[in-house]
Amino acid sequence: MISDNDVAKIASLARLTLTPEESSRYAAELSRILEYVQQLDSYSVEGVEPLSHVHGASNVFREDTPTPSLPFEGEVSTNAPDKSGRFFRVPLIIE
Amino acid sequence: MTDLASLTATEIASELDRGSLSSVELTRSLLTRAESKRGLNAFLDLYSDVALASAEEADKRRRAGERGPLLGVPVAIKDVILVKGTKTTCGSRMLANFLSPYDATVVSKLRKSGAVLFGKTNMDEFAMGSSTENSAFGPVQNPWNKAYVPGGSSGGSAAAVSARIAPLALGSDTGGSIRQPASFTGIVGMKPTYGRTSRYGLVAYASSLDQIGPFARSVKDCAHLLETISGFDPSDSTSMDVPVPSWSEELTQGIKGLRIGVPKQYFIEGLHPEVEQAVRAALQWYEGQGASLVEVDLPHTEAALSTYYILAPAEASSNLARFDGVRYGHRAAEPTDLIDLYCRSRSEGFGTEVKRRIMIGTYVLSSGYYDAFYLRAQKVRALIKNDFDKVFSSQCDLLACPTAPTPAFRIGEKVDDPLTMYLSDVFTITVNLAGLPGLSLPCGFSSSQLPIGLQLIGKPWDEGTLLRAAYAYEQQHDWHTRVPQ
Amino acid sequence: MSMEFESVIGLEVHVQLATETKIFCGSSTRFGGDPNEFIDPVTLGLPGALPVLNRRVVEFAIMLGKATKCEIRRFNRFARKHYFYPDLPKGYQISQFEEPICERGSLEVHFENAVRTVGIRRIHMEEDAGKNMHDTRTETSLIDLNRAGVPLLEIVSEPDLRTPAEASAYLRTLRQMVRFLGVSDGNMEEGSLRCDANISLRPVGELKFGTRTEIKNLNSFRFVERALEYEIARQTSLLRAGQKVVQETLLYDSAADVTRSMRGKEESSDYRYFPDPDLPPLIIEEGWVNQIVGSMPRLPDQWRKELTENYGLSNYDASVLLAESENVAFFQAVFDICQNAKAACNWVTSELFGYLHKNSLTLAHSPIKPADLGALIKLIDDEVLSGKMAKSVFEEMFATSQSPQEIIEKKGLKQIANPDEIQQLVTDTISKFSSQFDAYAQGNDRLHGFFVGEVMKLSRGAANPKLVNNAILDAVKKRRSS
Repeated sequence: MISDNDVAKIASLARLTLTPEESSRYAAELSRILEYVQQLDSYSVEGVEPLSHVHGASNVFREDTPTPSLPFEGEVSTNAPDKSGRFFRVPLIIE
Repeated sequence: MTDLASLTATEIASELDRGSLSSVELTRSLLTRAESKRGLNAFLDLYSDVALASAEEADKRRRAGERGPLLGVPVAIKDVILVKGTKTTCGSRMLANFLSPYDATVVSKLRKSGAVLFGKTNMDEFAMGSSTENSAFGPVQNPWNKAYVPGGSSGGSAAAVSARIAPLALGSDTGGSIRQPASFTGIVGMKPTYGRTSRYGLVAYASSLDQIGPFARSVKDCAHLLETISGFDPSDSTSMDVPVPSWSEELTQGIKGLRIGVPKQYFIEGLHPEVEQAVRAALQWYEGQGASLVEVDLPHTEAALSTYYILAPAEASSNLARFDGVRYGHRAAEPTDLIDLYCRSRSEGFGTEVKRRIMIGTYVLSSGYYDAFYLRAQKVRALIKNDFDKVFSSQCDLLACPTAPTPAFRIGEKVDDPLTMYLSDVFTITVNLAGLPGLSLPCGFSSSQLPIGLQLIGKPWDEGTLLRAAYAYEQQHDWHTRVPQ
Repeated sequence: MSMEFESVIGLEVHVQLATETKIFCGSSTRFGGDPNEFIDPVTLGLPGALPVLNRRVVEFAIMLGKATKCEIRRFNRFARKHYFYPDLPKGYQISQFEEPICERGSLEVHFENAVRTVGIRRIHMEEDAGKNMHDTRTETSLIDLNRAGVPLLEIVSEPDLRTPAEASAYLRTLRQMVRFLGVSDGNMEEGSLRCDANISLRPVGELKFGTRTEIKNLNSFRFVERALEYEIARQTSLLRAGQKVVQETLLYDSAADVTRSMRGKEESSDYRYFPDPDLPPLIIEEGWVNQIVGSMPRLPDQWRKELTENYGLSNYDASVLLAESENVAFFQAVFDICQNAKAACNWVTSELFGYLHKNSLTLAHSPIKPADLGALIKLIDDEVLSGKMAKSVFEEMFATSQSPQEIIEKKGLKQIANPDEIQQLVTDTISKFSSQFDAYAQGNDRLHGFFVGEVMKLSRGAANPKLVNNAILDAVKKRRSS
C-alpha cells in the first residue's frame, strides 16, 4: 500500500507538486498498479541475468574529434524561458 | 480529389514518374483535405508552405531525372520526432512552444529521400497512452467512427493515414504505439527490431523499448518507408550496424513452407470474439496457402504487462527529468525559488498520465525498492525474451496473433481506469520487451464496422519475413482498400 | 589529561580529462570561451539527444588505473544518477555506480623522506556539470553549460591518510601522475583538478572509525591543508567537550578559513541509480589494456629510477626535474641532442629556469627550444664554444629564439682552436709583454695566469683556453731550455 506520505516523498523526489485530490488519487492508483505488478514475485528469477540491453551490443564509441556546436542564437535562445545575455537564468541558488 | 487521396505511396511514385501528377498538386490537394478533416484532430502542425516548397523541390529533382519511392511523397510525422526549426510538442503543454533545434536522424533520412514533410501528428502526451486521449491538445477521433479512439499513442499518425490525409506517417512504438493504432484504424503499422531505426531526435519515453516505425496503407509502402529510415546511426549507441535489405523487392517471395507459430497465451479469455474470429480466419488462410501452423508456448507472456509497467515508467521518470523549465519548455510564472520553479513548472507542464508514470517510475527506482521492482522486472524481461528465442530457434519462422484484444473502444471509456487501459497493450508489449520486429495489418472488421488487426512477430532483424507474409495476405484480401466514410 | 586523537582522512579527487571533446558528444572541452559556446543537443540535454561514449575517455581511465596498480573491470556499465540542479541539464548525471572501471589500487607518495602507500579504492568515469554564477543583487543564478559533459575521472582513496600534510602530498603525487600520463592538465585554478575530503577522528590506538564529515570545494593544495586543519581542530574540541560530530557535508570558505554546513542540498539524497539504457555495456578485453599499457608514457617513479641510475643524476636533481612533467620532457629532449645528462640538467634547472623565472615565463613558453639548448651543450663539449662564450650565446638565444649556430655565425663567435692561430696569439702576447715573460721564464710561475688572461683578451674570449694554456706552457719550456 502506498500511503499519502509515500506519495509526498515520491512527488518531492520527482519535483512534482500535487494537489490534495491528486495525492489521494495517485496513492490509490499507485497502490493498485503496484499490487498488480507484484505478480512478478511469482516468477523464479534465480540465476537470471537482468536484461538491460536487448540486442547484446557492446563497445559503441565515438572518436575524440570535435563536431560543430549549436549556436546559442536561434532555437536555443528562443526556447530559453529566461536568460541573461548568453546565460540561462534561474532564481538564486542557495548553497 | 478523393482519387488523389486514396493513392498509395507506391502509386503516387509511379504517377510522379509518368508525369501525370506533380508533388505540388498532390501536396496541395492533401493539405486541403487535411483542413477539411480538422475535426479528427489528427494534426498538431501542418507544414503547409514548407511542404509545398519541398514538393516543388521534389518535382524539380524528378524533372532532373532523379527517382525514388519517396521522392515527392508526403509523410506525416508523429510530434515526438524533431524537425529542425518547427515545433515539437509531444502532445504536451510542457513543450507547447518548443522549437526543435535539430533534425532527428530519421528526418534527415526522409529529407535526403525527397519525401515531403507534411506535418506533425497528435499523440498521447510523451507517447504515454493507448488511445491518444492523453494529448494536451485534445483527443484524436477514429476515422471509422468519430466516437471511438484511434488507439495510441501514435493515434494522430494512424488517423491521418487511415483518413487518406497522408499516404505515409511515422510513429513511435514503446509498447504497441504503432501497431495498436494501426489495428484500430485499419492500416499497416510496423515496429522494427530494436536498434533498426535511430532514436536520435525521438523524444525518449522508455529508451530501451522505443522504436520509430512506419504507418502505411499497403505493405509495399510500409517496406519503402522502413527502408528509408533504417540503418545504423553513429549518434545512437543503441542502433545496430546490420545491413538493411531491400525489403520492397523481396515481397513476392511467397509464404510456402513458412512455419507460423501461434502462441496459445495470445488467445485468452477477454479476447473479443470477433477479433479472435478474424485472426483465426487469417491463420487458416495462411495454412491454405502452404504455410504450416504450430501452436507454441510463451509461458512468461502474462508477466509482460507488469514488467512493462515497471520498466517503462522507471525509464520515463528519468528521461523526463530534463523538463525542468530551465533551458526550454514550460516555466511557471514568477517562481519564488528554485524548488518552486521545478515543482510548479513540471506540475503545470505535465498531464495526469505522465505524472502518474513519473510517480510509478520514481517509486520503483527509489532506494529500498529498486531490487524488488526494477531489477526483478529486468530479470523477468530476460525470461520473456528467452521464450521467444526458444520458439524461434526451433519451432517457427514467425508468430501470428491479434494485435489488440479488442477493436477500438469509445472515447472516454477507459480514461479513468489506467489498469484497464494498460491491458489494451497486452499483445504488443512483449514484442518491445524482447526487442523484436512486429507488424499489424488489417484482417477484418467487427460487426460495428471497426477494423481488426493481425499481428505478425518476427525474429530479430527479420523484418523481411513479416513483410513478405503480410504482403501475401494483402494481395488476396481487400480489407486495406476499404475507406472510412 | 585530555585524550589524544588521530585523524583519518580520505580524498575524493575529480580530474577533468585532457580530451578534445566531451565524454558523450563532440562539443569542445576548451576552458574559457563565451558562455554557452560549447553546446550541442547532448550538452543541453535536449529532448531526443543521445550520448555516445568518447573512446579516449576509456583509454585515459585505463591508463590512470594501470598507473595506480588498479584492477581494470572487464564488464562496465554507465548508470544514471538523478538529482535536479540547474547545471545538470538532463536531471541526471551519467556516471558509474557499483561497477567502477578501476578498483583496488595504490599510489606511492614520497613524504618526509619516506614512501607511503595510499590505497585507491576506485576510479570511475563520469560527466562534469555546468557552472552556476550567482548574482545576489538580482537574486538570480546564471547557467553556463560549457563545462557540462566534460569527462571526469573520480579517484577515491582509502582512508589511509593521517595528517593534512600527508593529504596534500598525496594530492600532489596524484596531480603529478595525471600530468605525466597526459590524461589531465591537473590545473587546480581552472578546476581541472578538484578535491573533496572525508575526515574523522578517533582516539589514538582505536581501530573503529569515528563519525566523518565531508569537506567540499578544496581547490588548492593550501586549502586542502588549511581546511583539514580547521576541521581537525573543530572535531577535536567537539569530542573533548563530550559532544558528537554530526555526519554532514561542509563547504570550505577560504576567505574566512572556516568550514560551513551546506544548506542547499539539505534533502537526504536518493539518486535512483539505474543502468543507462542509452549506453550499451563497455567490455574491456585484456588485449586492449595491454595495448594501452604499451603506449603509456614513463611514470614519475620510473623516471626517478632512470634519472638516478642510468643518467647518474642526484636524487635532488631528479626531484627538480620530476616536479613537472614538462621539465623532464624538456630535459629528455635536451639530452637526446647532447647526450650529457649532468650538463643538460644543469643548463635546464639553473640557467634556463633562472631566466624563465626572471622573465615570468613558464617552460611551455620558453624562447629556447630543447633541441637548441642540446646543441649549445654539444658545442661546449665539442670545444667549439668556451663556457664563457656559451653563456653569452645562451643569453642571445633567450632573447631572440635563434639557434646557437645562427648566433655564432652572426657574431663570429666561434672558438679559436687552430694551433697555428693560437700560437700566433701567444707569440703576439709574449712580444707585447716581453719583460713579464722574462720574469715568468726565470721562475715566476705566478705570471702564468696573467698570460692566459692576456691571450684570451687578445682573442676576445674566443680562444680555446685549454689550448692557450698548453701553448703558453710550451713557450716557457722552450725559453727555459734555450
